[in-house]
Amino acid sequence: MDRFSLARLLRQGFSGHSGWGAQWRAPEAPLAAYDVVIVGGGGHGLATAYYLAREHNIRRVAVIERGWIGGGNTGRNTTIIRSNYLMPESAGLYDHSMKLWRTLSRELNYNVMYSPRGVMMLAHNVHDVQVSMRHIHANRLAGVDNEWLTPAQAKAFCPPLNIGGDLRYPVLGAALQRRGGTARHDAVAWGFARAASALGVDIIQNCAVTGLARDAAGAISGVETTRGNIATRKVGVVAAGHTSVVMGMAGVRLPLESYPLQALVSEPVKPAFPCVVMSNTIHAYISQSDKGEMVIGAGTDAYVSYSQTGGLHIATQTLDAICELVPQFRRLRMLRNWGGIVDLSPDRSPILSKTDVPGLYVNCGWGTGGFKATPGSGNLFAHTVAHDEPHPINAPFSLARFDTGRLIDEAAAAAVAH
Amino acid sequence: MKFTFDGRPYEARRGDTLAAALIRNGVHLMGRSFKYHRPRGVLAAGAEEPNALVEIDRGGARRTPNLRATVVEVFDGMVARSQNRTPSLRFDVGAVNDLLAPFLPPGFYYKTFMWPIGAWAKLYEPLIRRAAGLGRAPDLPDTDRYTQRFAHCDVLVIGAGPAGLAAAAEAAAAGMRVMLCDEQAEFGGSLLSDPAAAAGLHETLAALFANPRATMLCRTTAFGIYGDNLVGLAERVTDHLPDPDPALPRERLWQVRAKRIVVAAGAIERPLVFPGNDRPGIMLGDAARIFATRYGANPGRNAVVVTACDTGADVARDLAASGVRIARVIDLREGFRVTGTSGRLRVSFIGIERGGAREKIPCDLVAMCGGWTPSIHLYSQARGKPRFDAALGAFVPDTEVSNLICVGACAGDMPGAYRAGIAPVSSEGRAFVDFQNDVTAKDLELATREGFRSIEHVKRYTTTGMATDQGKTSNINALGIVAGALGATIPEIGLTTFRTPYTPVTFGTLAGHSRGDLFDPVRTTPMHQLAVAAGAVFEDVGTWKRARYFPRAAEDMHMAVARECRMVRDSVGMFDATTLGEIEVVGADAAEFMNRVYINAWTRLAPGRCRYGVMLGENGFVMDDGVVGRLAPDRFHVTTTTGGAARVLAAMEDYRQTEWPELRVWLTSVSEQWAVIAVQGPRAREALLPLVDGLDISAAVMPHMSVVEGTFLGIEMRLFRVSFSGEMGFEVNVPADYGHAAWEAISARVGACQGGLYGTEAMHVLRAEKGFIIVGQETDGTATPDDVGLAWAIGKAKPDFIGKRSLTRSGMSGPRRQLVGLRTDDPATVLEEGAQITATTDDNRPLGHVTSAYGGATVGHSIALAMIESGRDRLGATLQVRMPGRAIAVRVTAPVFYDPEGARLDA
Ligand SMILES: Cc1cc2nc3c(=O)[nH]c(=O)nc-3n(C[C@H](O)[C@H](O)[C@H](O)COP(=O)(O)OP(=O)(O)OC[C@H]3O[C@@H](n4cnc5c(N)ncnc54)[C@H](O)[C@@H]3O)c2cc1C
Repeated sequence: MDRFSLARLLRQGFSGHSGWGAQWRAPEAPLAAYDVVIVGGGGHGLATAYYLAREHNIRRVAVIERGWIGGGNTGRNTTIIRSNYLMPESAGLYDHSMKLWRTLSRELNYNVMYSPRGVMMLAHNVHDVQVSMRHIHANRLAGVDNEWLTPAQAKAFCPPLNIGGDLRYPVLGAALQRRGGTARHDAVAWGFARAASALGVDIIQNCAVTGLARDAAGAISGVETTRGNIATRKVGVVAAGHTSVVMGMAGVRLPLESYPLQALVSEPVKPAFPCVVMSNTIHAYISQSDKGEMVIGAGTDAYVSYSQTGGLHIATQTLDAICELVPQFRRLRMLRNWGGIVDLSPDRSPILSKTDVPGLYVNCGWGTGGFKATPGSGNLFAHTVAHDEPHPINAPFSLARFDTGRLIDEAAAAAVAH
Repeated sequence: MKFTFDGRPYEARRGDTLAAALIRNGVHLMGRSFKYHRPRGVLAAGAEEPNALVEIDRGGARRTPNLRATVVEVFDGMVARSQNRTPSLRFDVGAVNDLLAPFLPPGFYYKTFMWPIGAWAKLYEPLIRRAAGLGRAPDLPDTDRYTQRFAHCDVLVIGAGPAGLAAAAEAAAAGMRVMLCDEQAEFGGSLLSDPAAAAGLHETLAALFANPRATMLCRTTAFGIYGDNLVGLAERVTDHLPDPDPALPRERLWQVRAKRIVVAAGAIERPLVFPGNDRPGIMLGDAARIFATRYGANPGRNAVVVTACDTGADVARDLAASGVRIARVIDLREGFRVTGTSGRLRVSFIGIERGGAREKIPCDLVAMCGGWTPSIHLYSQARGKPRFDAALGAFVPDTEVSNLICVGACAGDMPGAYRAGIAPVSSEGRAFVDFQNDVTAKDLELATREGFRSIEHVKRYTTTGMATDQGKTSNINALGIVAGALGATIPEIGLTTFRTPYTPVTFGTLAGHSRGDLFDPVRTTPMHQLAVAAGAVFEDVGTWKRARYFPRAAEDMHMAVARECRMVRDSVGMFDATTLGEIEVVGADAAEFMNRVYINAWTRLAPGRCRYGVMLGENGFVMDDGVVGRLAPDRFHVTTTTGGAARVLAAMEDYRQTEWPELRVWLTSVSEQWAVIAVQGPRAREALLPLVDGLDISAAVMPHMSVVEGTFLGIEMRLFRVSFSGEMGFEVNVPADYGHAAWEAISARVGACQGGLYGTEAMHVLRAEKGFIIVGQETDGTATPDDVGLAWAIGKAKPDFIGKRSLTRSGMSGPRRQLVGLRTDDPATVLEEGAQITATTDDNRPLGHVTSAYGGATVGHSIALAMIESGRDRLGATLQVRMPGRAIAVRVTAPVFYDPEGARLDA
């Protein structure tokens, strides 16, 4: 891999950039056999391949992507990164990722633009305040930063925020994670792809997995794809909203529901919004990209679907909320609106797990919030695939929890009260 | 009309766009590009314009960035400003980026700024952010209004050029309800720059305007097609007026459900890709013609027309007719190549070459005719799959879309002259493809060398097509270049997705009236005004406003709540419980239905009796609770939590309709029908007795957990004997219309019994003293009935109920978090809700958390409820509540602090 650096950029500048090669190899077709096949070339799949090669020395790995890498939710998300989750298991999982974010650009030699500008989650009613305080106390004990801000402090941290009396749901305060922030989604996919490819991983695009083959003993023996069959003893499925479809090919039913989730951006403007603000109660979140666009997200559409276009009412409702919170943005304009298909598990926590089928592993259920977990998820899933055993951090996120009932319910903790 | 641009005054004519007016005033420099801050003039004459973005300032909060000068209509007194430049448009220090361009290839930011760790966010990112962005966001809350309309029609015609007008006229003549919209200020599309068409256009329009079944919407952009022929239209109502009527909205959102959609959105001309193709004065041929013929604003005196198709000759002819000297028409099909241009702030020369012969032609206008691209955005959003038309050099509609047709140029229906194929590209030097984002042909080639082969990857890596014009003029050229670089055909490369909206839509338009109190409906109870009059402090609970407490004179919340609690314990208090959800479950199988939905057994509950019901989700966790009264064998009056009302009814209906259609049972929400007044305290019966028209409400006839139907001062009433306070108590249900009167009557009686009003906060304290849970506070969606001490409620003999199977899972028993009480050593110490609890101060493993904590108004010490791992096994143990920098020792107790025997309930 040619290293990226300022010096090289300058040198190339003088020579017309003729010396840059492909950032990752693009094999024409998959080999006949691999040690591990990863289904899904999103951030999580690519990160898994990278860590398999890097930390477990398993280099005969293929990432099979039916479209173009990073074209799923990885390239569609609003890139909020934080780790102030309630349950100790979740805080452990997301904080593992948060630590990797800090050094990821250096590790990959690719600037993923991790920008810890602070994520502020607003509380609008007494119940919100109770939930926020519970998070803050739990996080502090777990060593995860999260602090309470009064409305005035929230305003000081984010001057454009409206905390005035004209709000339908007043801002009663906010939970702030300073280490939270954003990163550049495409760079994450490309950076992992480039680093994985350099270690020998084959990245096969425009190639859909159409079947999972099992041997007489029921163990995984290969995958069928639109570009031929591949023999392998280990398959890791990391296909986000389409995971249930792929797992269905091996006869495994997953407790997942797929919903469209929409996002939108404004036209670019000069810096006008310094941090990330989220409001779960009125369903909207906003940050400003480096390009200057306000990046805005919503709650999921109400119905399950595999269609990546959602309803207009979601955009209008989301902008209702944004215009409440930042009324000076009413004159900004929506430039692009799109959707992705997110895979929701019953307890809204991910599944990073072995399955009953030997050699078949699954990493899914990240739903509306898995971008932040990309490095950590890949790191832990690689461990799980390599050792045929989960890492202690992801052990609680097994499929078995739906049999035992030991759920890790993040959403429930925010349930609406009396 | 007068207006200013960057502070300098100019004159305009009626009907001018800002771009036309500036051109007539000899102003050709209108903007700076995004990345390199290159000086730019207009490229186009319409909504596809990438370069000439301006800010319009109407004073105060009414400042709008990033508007296209080619769309903005001038009004008298307009103040317009250029953007993305310091200090001025002519001398912009940002243009240093242009000098550094060799070092800023696409994706340069991925390759550097990685050192030292953390410096990106602190050092580099702020610099990049300041350099990026275009206009300035408004900094004051917008004072304009926006409205929304919903409409239905037989035919919606999008685009009022010749094809759209013909379609609309025909549909209207056939008696259909027609809506015709066009993004421009006038109807006519391409006819507007064709003087010969004026008379016919006038006639067609007159007929349409006269037809009452036709709705004519100009300045209205169809920005997106959604499921089932729902089309979003954004109408600009007042932006073009000097003094808008304050009664009018600035913009209006139309959501139109159309039986049939006719897309007649026309086609957009393509620029040519050659070195230096971005200087002010270099524009699309059609744009040059529109400025000259429609606006009478010649964009130059001395023009060179560069063309790749036969339309170049038409452009030259029309420009010449308007008095523009045509220095040369260069037809690229004759082997010419453009080698470059010069002129800092306006083009002054164009260089050409053929067969080694080079020539420099002086000019002040270069008109580019690169062929035409049908506007298939809406067709594609409606799930149509286009095909590549090589003769046209563009994609055209192919697969059929039900109830939608494309007509005219957007269907690819164009005369032969327009069929240019994709024009040849000269990519040496800096030949711009995406003007706003400064993406050159070389950038695209570099991206393909770096392994970005999918067009979506190229787009994201180079940002081509991602500017505010969404690549309307650039996408096809980019495709051609990428296909060439990869040695592939354009159909092999494919198209990027056409995302909504077609052109940017104002946030305010999409949000409409929804602000402040209109953001979400405010629900108030029939007694709300009385609570206001009584000085209540309210809290938001879901969409409801609920009275939280009723402070007197100098009381703070703490004092008021303490007084309200003592009042209920000592005499009597009244409380507005109207917000609770109420569902009537009626039918021969009502009891069976209840058996399946709730964990409790209902079959043997006698009419006239109540039971505390608990409902689980399928996963076995507590979802909702409430008192249920059986009014008759086939009739239950179910109450739910306030927040759960809609959710519970929806879940019940879901089961009734999809799982158990055989059950004869009907569900009716009656939350809005009943006003509910809780009267609680030792003197509650005394307070109510004179009001219930002789009904016997003695303990013998009406014990705890019973319900009767009767009258209240002659009004229909359902009277429940229930208690959420721990005291003897009633809940009076009267029809909502009588809530106000009933409240006043009870209020007088309660007053006479030394009682008064209490709010939700006192209610919370009273119930916590009694150890009653609140769903969503003690439970969080992970609590089983047993966890919160409600295992007794489970009807053990029932074959099934929702969640039953889940309760048998292995993890549902064993060391789970259980509801307990907590006492602090110091009776005055009030714990913090949400605080975590550990075994010792050395051990950070949380055993649980404080769910509720209060001063304990009447029990003489502070109280808390908590969910603690194996809590019931720890009664008497000391645990640590972990606070910042310290810990509070607590003793684990039973969760009931007040009247554990329940004697007071039965009084
Ligand atoms: C609008 C939106 C906003 C979001 N905002 C945030 C946020 O702010 N913060 C956050 O942390 N998370 C957010 N998320 C969630 C986040 O995007 C996802 O959790 C995360 O990116 C998932 O990554 P992934 O690699 O698992 O999935 P993806 O990136 O979706 O990758 C899965 C890949 O599998 C491929 N695939 C599917 N089927 C097959 C097959 N049969 N054969 C081969 N390949 C196949 C797909 O093409 C796809 O590329 C958001 C999601 C959306 C949609």
